[in-house]
Amino acid sequence: MGENILQLEAIKVRYSGLPVLHDISLHVDSGETVCVVGSNGAGKSTLLRAIMGTQRVFEGRVVFQGEEIQRLRTEAVVSKGIIYVPEEKMLFQPISVEENLRLGAYVLHDRGTIEKNLRFVYTLFPRLQERRFQAASTLSGGEQQMVAIGRGLMSNPTILMLDEPSLGLAPILVDEVLDTVRRLKAEGMTILLVEQNVREALDLADRGYVLQTGKIVAEGTGQELLKSDMFRSAFLGI
Amino acid sequence: MDILVSSLFAGLLIGMVLALVALGLTIIFGVMDIVNFAHGEFLMIGMYTGLLTAQATGVDPLFTLPVAGAVGFALGIICYYGFIKFVMRGPMVAQLLGTFGLMLFLRNLALLIFGSEDRSLHHGVLVGKSFELGMGIIIPATKLAAAGLSVAAFVAVWLLMNRTKVGKALTATALNPQGARYMGIPTERMNALAWGIGGGSATIAGALIVNFWSVNPFVGLLFTMIAFAIVALGGFGSVPGAFFAGLVVGLITEIPGFWDFMSYTFEFEWMMDVPMTSFKYMWVYVAYFVIMVFRPRGLFGWKQ
Repeated sequence: MGENILQLEAIKVRYSGLPVLHDISLHVDSGETVCVVGSNGAGKSTLLRAIMGTQRVFEGRVVFQGEEIQRLRTEAVVSKGIIYVPEEKMLFQPISVEENLRLGAYVLHDRGTIEKNLRFVYTLFPRLQERRFQAASTLSGGEQQMVAIGRGLMSNPTILMLDEPSLGLAPILVDEVLDTVRRLKAEGMTILLVEQNVREALDLADRGYVLQTGKIVAEGTGQELLKSDMFRSAFLGI
Repeated sequence: MDILVSSLFAGLLIGMVLALVALGLTIIFGVMDIVNFAHGEFLMIGMYTGLLTAQATGVDPLFTLPVAGAVGFALGIICYYGFIKFVMRGPMVAQLLGTFGLMLFLRNLALLIFGSEDRSLHHGVLVGKSFELGMGIIIPATKLAAAGLSVAAFVAVWLLMNRTKVGKALTATALNPQGARYMGIPTERMNALAWGIGGGSATIAGALIVNFWSVNPFVGLLFTMIAFAIVALGGFGSVPGAFFAGLVVGLITEIPGFWDFMSYTFEFEWMMDVPMTSFKYMWVYVAYFVIMVFRPRGLFGWKQ
């Protein structure tokens, strides 16, 4: 594990005055896969959106590679190297898979790098290569998730943030998506993952944080969390 | 027969210009989901720009296109950053009233500066010249030039949208603005660019028609209404749709002339009492209603 890449220092987020995140502090180191788990409404997506600058951070700091970024616009955050793959995927539906992927490389300027990244995405998801001229809207849910992740990888992100990548997928596809995350991890990618498949996510992550009603209530390695009482009572009802 | 063919040609030619007018409207709508009621006022400003530049320099108004395009582009961007950006935060009705207000403002500003009288230009090199295609088919040179340059401008914008990185980013912003921001696309600047292109294509169209269309501060509304019909016919936000619907509308505006010609030639008294040319823009909307009934998304529907 390398140096600290992303660090949240006591951030607070409010929706129309109501606090949704209280004093969240967490960090992600280079090459690490960190997972944030929590039930619906715990504030997991809000956390990622706060990092992206789509959700205003009221207090606290978001530090990325030594630089404060909590006041930057979303597009500036992206050009720093933080990529967010939203839960809703937000694909450009009527245009082709390949055009979607190429738009993912908007912040890059070198053609060679873009072509290299495109080949990497196609080796990661051979099915996207088969369908590269099809409109994104014609793909299945699993394939659309592949486009969303692939599009995120196109810009050589320093950190990839995946928001519930397995949401709404059939069990067999859930495994496929999580396998992809595992492969990216093996490639050395730094990943911040928000997942609802708690066991599998914690199993593959290096470390995890448990978020409950806007607070971090537990942290540790995946195995530690799976064994901890706090975690078992929060998720497994034991 | 030759009169029919001449009418068809005239319709296609004016249709190409109308397509360029509608192009700006459809791009602004496509990118921002906002209907620009002031679009025809941009065209009116383009007409004055062409007319005044041509008069001041003595060149043909067709050579004033770069000036008109630059004025429209700048005007579009100023409107966006100075006004539209703020209205976008309000509800839909605020946006409608906002661009409607912009229309009234620009129109009355033109009234203040230029006065209400009709102005026209007669010194253009092409004025009065025409081509004979044989069989009595005559095409005025001014309209041919306007149509040709409109198509050129249209193709240029199409290439910009489809072949350049900034054009793809503009399309992405139109399709999913939040998704575009997550790709690092500065959507605010893309919105401004859409207004720039929208304003520029309208003013270029204005400078193109000033050779054969007189200008006054109220000329815009007609073009706004026609452009609305074209955008709805072609499909909201669709660029190829705007082109083909423009041709359709151009043809529709010329057919009543042919009808009148027939009624005078064959002396159908009941038809001569009601010259159809007087109502030619009504037929545009009749066609619009008919297509809306059978194909509400327009001919090339893109956005719902």
